[in-house]
Amino acid sequence: MTELESVEEFRDRARRWLKDNLPAATGRYSGPENDDVWDRSRQLQRILFDGGFAGICYPKEYGGQGLTTAHQRAFTEESFEYEMPLVFNIPTLSICAPTILDLGTEDQKHKHLTGVLRGDQLLVQFLSEPRGGSDLAGLTTRADRDGDEWVLNGSKIWSSGAYAADYGICLARTNWDAPKHEGLTLFLVPVHAPGVTIQRIKQVTGSTEFCQEFFDDVRLPADSVLGEVNGGWAAASRLLFHERSAMGGTSPYMSGSRPRLSVDLSELVELARSVGRLDDPSVREDIGEARAMFRVRDQLVARVSRQLASGELPPPASSIVRLFSAENAQFQIDKAIRIAGASAATAAPDGTGRQLGIDYLFRNSWSLAGGSAEMSRNVISERLLGMPREFAADRGVPFNQVKHGR
Amino acid sequence: MTFELTADQRLFQSTTREFLADTMSITAVRAAGETEAGFDRGWWRRAVELGWTAMLVPEQWGGGSVSGRPLTELSLVAEELGRSCAPGPLITTSAVLAGLAAGGERFAEVTGEVVAGERIAVWAVYEPGHGLEFPVGATVPDIGTRLTADGDGYRLSGLKDRVEAAGQADLFLVTATGPDGPVQVLVPADAAGVTVTPTWTLDLVRRTGEVRFEEVAVPADAVVHTGAAAAAALEAEIQVAAILTAAETVGATDRAFDATVGWMFDRYTFGRPLASYQALKHRMADNKTWLEASRATAAAAAETHDDDPTGAAEVVSVAKSYVSAKAPVIVQDCVQIHGGIGVTWEHDLHLYLRRVTLGRALYGTPEEHRRRITDLITAA
Repeated sequence: MTELESVEEFRDRARRWLKDNLPAATGRYSGPENDDVWDRSRQLQRILFDGGFAGICYPKEYGGQGLTTAHQRAFTEESFEYEMPLVFNIPTLSICAPTILDLGTEDQKHKHLTGVLRGDQLLVQFLSEPRGGSDLAGLTTRADRDGDEWVLNGSKIWSSGAYAADYGICLARTNWDAPKHEGLTLFLVPVHAPGVTIQRIKQVTGSTEFCQEFFDDVRLPADSVLGEVNGGWAAASRLLFHERSAMGGTSPYMSGSRPRLSVDLSELVELARSVGRLDDPSVREDIGEARAMFRVRDQLVARVSRQLASGELPPPASSIVRLFSAENAQFQIDKAIRIAGASAATAAPDGTGRQLGIDYLFRNSWSLAGGSAEMSRNVISERLLGMPREFAADRGVPFNQVKHGR
Repeated sequence: MTFELTADQRLFQSTTREFLADTMSITAVRAAGETEAGFDRGWWRRAVELGWTAMLVPEQWGGGSVSGRPLTELSLVAEELGRSCAPGPLITTSAVLAGLAAGGERFAEVTGEVVAGERIAVWAVYEPGHGLEFPVGATVPDIGTRLTADGDGYRLSGLKDRVEAAGQADLFLVTATGPDGPVQVLVPADAAGVTVTPTWTLDLVRRTGEVRFEEVAVPADAVVHTGAAAAAALEAEIQVAAILTAAETVGATDRAFDATVGWMFDRYTFGRPLASYQALKHRMADNKTWLEASRATAAAAAETHDDDPTGAAEVVSVAKSYVSAKAPVIVQDCVQIHGGIGVTWEHDLHLYLRRVTLGRALYGTPEEHRRRITDLITAA
């Protein structure tokens, strides 16, 4: 085995390469604002791939760099000032592709992982359903076997950027006689296959990134199954683990990220200054508290990540980080609203308050996306503290006998 | 940054825990609360034999830490003290020792006596009407206590309050304004002109007092630090006190939390345990998350300080502000989940609530530390 390049050597090489190959970032990234971002990101991802900086923590045989999280962190730090293909991070690089890495066949890994890292493939999750809410395993989208093929019918929702993606990782019911967790299978569905209809959903921010998909007799080949037939719950649990890691900040597969509100608080300090309140002691308390929350979050992520890795904490402990991260995100927006005062709701057309007010409308997305915070609370109380589950009327009951409402 | 304890540190932790279990059961703590001092000096001498006062002191003066990580190791002691609601002037003495250790060879002898528990030295830092005055550069704002030149020595006048273990102290390390800026001086409790008045304190066993200095004669060799060195020493003392208070608060919160989880399994209402109600489970999930965050930030502050004390100011204030704001919220929720018995004298829960509330109040409130964080980040 050859020795890995040291993190510092790698950092120097990355710094030089970024300077020569990527354009400077323009503004701060807060999600896809227009449809051009997808093609642009595919180009940028290809530049990273050709330069040897795509998939830093992915194995080499699938197009990655086979390096460590320390290398990834160094690259991310060096990349802050450059335009990066950030739409690849969630869910493609940090949730979907790691699930394929864990569960896929060699063919699936070569096809999808290499495709992703080259910038040729964007992946999405087809998990939530219109009537599902947090009861993911109660889904009713079905896949029925027909000879060598599967036939998919039903609908999925809340999939970010599905219209611009290539494949969706879809959880469907394949056995209606089994209790709800035992009759599910995970599939890789081509997003633009015949029979798939995509509708975009407008959010309170004005973004139309979210989608609902309708599947009408979509035919899938046998090798579309990811993991085991009727073993979909275990497979989905793996995916949900990666999702919690991505949402909580412990995923090693994200590359380059620059949240609009971040630990340096430059935006909050600038906001306080712009409304003439930087000397107000209560504002200074708010800023200090906001900084402390970010630092505590980083300290918690570091500690829990290490304890998960060493086995000192069991896997459900990742929900602690997920819950804290959601609390922190909402907390930061709430502090900004307090500091901005009236500027959070009224502003000149290009005023800072305008973006802040819109952030505020969307603040609960942090405790909804990636599974609701209430589900994290269930995991913590039931699987860490060992508390009994609430009564569930569908436990152990064949799914075709379970009552469904609207 | 490491989080794992070494084998030696684990041994030290378990020795401390066993000593407290043997000598400071909750029953013993309640009994100590009935005494004037809140703790017995003989008990304190036995406690410090375990090494509690040695960590911050150079080896040649009789000190030394288990594995060269003094704040990490002292935090283990503080956490155990919190867990058992035990008495003892650990935090205030540690702040003083941090100051004396920086004072040079002249203070080796008195330091050795404090390390051995023969003398108790406490930190007189607060003044009535003021919060904790953080050093700004080489100065400390608003110290009303004055040290004025008088022949070969000085005279000290002023009033300090919130002095932990004031009534049990043999020595006070006093911060004052001297002829050339801030100074710290070591004053014997029995010096002429020193008056100690006990003050009411919420904690059952941890006492505070008000200390008046009236024209107290201070010899020149009792001046520990002057000017920039005094400001730096005060900063070091504040950091030590804040780190240990955070660790102690985590210990007390942890015990209250564990006891409440246990209670939720034992207590049945409507035919099922409290632990089965989602409304309560979700609150305990939040409390668990805040408790783990408190642990993470308290440990990070001690670790960072052990790595490099000069860069630790912000993380110390992060830890102190976060832990001491969250702990009372968590413990009050534990009271609520216990129902009526949670507010009875007989139940032990109030001992933990007393301890975390005192921890919130002393050595910088959350609000003070938050403003300090902003001072640090906007000054850069």
